[in-house]
Amino acid sequence: MASSLIIGQYVPADSVVHRLDPRTKIMMIFTFVIIVFFANNAPSYLWLTVFSLGAATLTKIKPRFLLKGLKPVWFLIVFTFLLHLFVTREGDVLTTLLGFPVYTGALIQGFQISLRFFLLILVTSLLTLTTTPIEITDAIETLLHPLKKIKFPVHELALMMSISLRFIPTLMQETEKISKAQASRGVDFKTGPLKERIQAVVPLLVPLFVSAFKRAEELAMAMEARGYRGGEGRTRLRELAIVSRDYIAFCLFFIVIAGLFVLRG
Amino acid sequence: MDISFKQVSHTYQVNSPFEYHALKSLDFDIKSGQFVAIVGHTGSGKSTLIQHLNGLLKPTSGEVVIGDYRLKADEKTANIKGLREKVGVVFQYPEHQLFEETIEKDIAFGPKNFGASDETIQARIPKILEAVNLDVALLNRSPFDLSGGQMRRVAIAGVLAMEPDVLVLDEPTAGLDPRGQQEIMDMFYKLHHEKGLTTILVTHSMEDALKYADHVIILEQGKKYLEGKPEDIFVQQARLKQVQLDVPEEIQFLMDLEKRLGMTIHYEKQSVDDLADTIKHRLGGGQ
Repeated sequence: MASSLIIGQYVPADSVVHRLDPRTKIMMIFTFVIIVFFANNAPSYLWLTVFSLGAATLTKIKPRFLLKGLKPVWFLIVFTFLLHLFVTREGDVLTTLLGFPVYTGALIQGFQISLRFFLLILVTSLLTLTTTPIEITDAIETLLHPLKKIKFPVHELALMMSISLRFIPTLMQETEKISKAQASRGVDFKTGPLKERIQAVVPLLVPLFVSAFKRAEELAMAMEARGYRGGEGRTRLRELAIVSRDYIAFCLFFIVIAGLFVLRG
Repeated sequence: MDISFKQVSHTYQVNSPFEYHALKSLDFDIKSGQFVAIVGHTGSGKSTLIQHLNGLLKPTSGEVVIGDYRLKADEKTANIKGLREKVGVVFQYPEHQLFEETIEKDIAFGPKNFGASDETIQARIPKILEAVNLDVALLNRSPFDLSGGQMRRVAIAGVLAMEPDVLVLDEPTAGLDPRGQQEIMDMFYKLHHEKGLTTILVTHSMEDALKYADHVIILEQGKKYLEGKPEDIFVQQARLKQVQLDVPEEIQFLMDLEKRLGMTIHYEKQSVDDLADTIKHRLGGGQ
């Protein structure tokens, strides 16, 4: 169940994208999420698609694995497309499908929106695929550092994030273990009426919460025992550094942005 | 129930960078009523094997036959719930599965799922509590008020309450104190004989495997490494060492005895006390 979804999963590989500074990647992807909405004609969409697919190729992750991992999202993309196809009424009537008139505008818009959706998901998942959760939190902490001036608890936020990210796989494993134990005691999670299936979640959730609270308590205790006292004056084990390949990436990305604004109508 | 594995392989996450071959054409038979120990290192495939015994996992190739049930890749197994009723699995740290408000409800949870009537369950509970050595007065308490060892017993009672024919134990004594370990193992041994169960014990303890099992299977990287009677398996020190397994304490002791004093005692599952007597006798102590 969890194995088919790759969003949020880190895939180790030796690629340029993996080696980029996480801050570079976050800033670029953040900007990309915004500029995707500026594309408004075929050349500009093509330009962004080329960039996204190029970036995906650079990660050295097998394309087949990428596409398979995005499987659960395909449904949403197709759904968006169909929704636009039947709801939008612009341009000429092209044909009739299942009794509904299909307009040319609808076809174009549906295609554009689904493509935009696909690009967004692809590029954002590249971040987590090529960056370890620890790197991401480190990057967010440094990027948000200026907010400290207005008393925003940046370090605490980053710590919370890294702890939750750290425990996602643990909790997933735990869920799997407990659901297997309960399945062995005759709980049926997969078939049966909806009401029974909802009830079947109780034997799963209660032990999960119990263990999550226990873990939290143990973690807090272990941190205190090792003298943790917050971010003030704390040095870092991993120092982030922007190097030449990050500058090159920025330059290339700037060309992508510039190209987009040239191409858009 | 007879259990047989025929060329069973299991691969996790096929066709992904995380592809992992946990079992590789595993072949073995377990006769009804046997006490089998499965020994191997972490990552040798023990947990994957266990999950094939009640249909939580299916082989990627090959087939598993348990009584009348058959597990095969790409083949839907009929009545998998029936299989799970017959094969009770006590997972590692089973106390993590407790969730009900009272101990009584938690023990009744399994049998209820398999459709046992309330009267049947009520009739079973006192016997089971006695078997796992828990006080009847605890029945209405919350399982979360108990000590770790007691919680373990409640969880085990929850599996026993299903009255399975096959009992699968995944390191049932991990994390207990030595006395608790001994008590729990003795309890399973007693149940095994009294109810004529087929018991499959996964363990790290060579001593337990030697003491309780009448058949041992050693796994190494998803393959069967050795199989046979414990007293034959555990004397093969060199072969065990190859897979970083130790010889059980008793046998190690007898080997040292032979090396240092030239005294040969053949091990045939004598108790420690009997061995001590034999040695005393041989040394000429006699009385």
